[in-house]
Amino acid sequence: MADRHDLLFKTLADPTRRGIFEHLCSQGEQTVVALTAQAGVSQPAVSKHLALLKQAGLVRDRHQGRQTHYSAQLAALAPLADWTNRMVGYWESRFDDLEDLLKRMDQ
Amino acid sequence: MTETRSVIVEREMPHPPEKLWRALTQPHLIAEWLMKNDFVPSVGHRFNLRGDWGGVLDCEVLTVEPNRSLSYSWDFAHDDPAYALKSVVTFTLTPSPKGTHLRMEQVGFRPEQKQAFGGAKAGWQQFFVKLEEVAGRAD
Repeated sequence: MADRHDLLFKTLADPTRRGIFEHLCSQGEQTVVALTAQAGVSQPAVSKHLALLKQAGLVRDRHQGRQTHYSAQLAALAPLADWTNRMVGYWESRFDDLEDLLKRMDQ
Repeated sequence: MTETRSVIVEREMPHPPEKLWRALTQPHLIAEWLMKNDFVPSVGHRFNLRGDWGGVLDCEVLTVEPNRSLSYSWDFAHDDPAYALKSVVTFTLTPSPKGTHLRMEQVGFRPEQKQAFGGAKAGWQQFFVKLEEVAGRAD
């Protein structure tokens, strides 16, 4: 699980790569050409970023004719939610105990 | 590798902020709902939170605004980076018609890249906010 986390974070730590991923999240399936138009880097650089995103399971590619279409895989982000979920559960139960304490305390 | 996540838990408490403040800042009261500790509500004071599970958190008081806001670092040193954590916990108390609105925000970092503390913090938070918006629309 830690390795999976590391790969996801490492992949998304790069701002350009994160930008590409965000763009795919908000705009849906895109070609490399369309992604390059908004990424502000060269097409080979975009392709390299896409390969890394794919390796991390964050994007999927679909070949159609000479074009490759890329789409975001939101499910790949699930491991990132785990830490958050654990901590939310922890603090919710601490707040339960805090409420109990407040009831017992003098004004 | 840096992991940055923010956790927010909020609850309406039917008690005045002054009373909540005592529960958040008096060591014997903190021990009753959080962990054993040697807390002092003074900026720069270093203290430990000791869990029943044997773990010890290294903390430092960062801000103290009586009855309004309290924050401290919440660090856990561990040889395995998967368990190590650097984070900041902030409690915000806002008076409400029924008592107090209590908000806890914990922003966590994996410790390997300390330089990422400043710059990456904003970036990651924005990223997740945006992503949650997008994910919300996708449903």
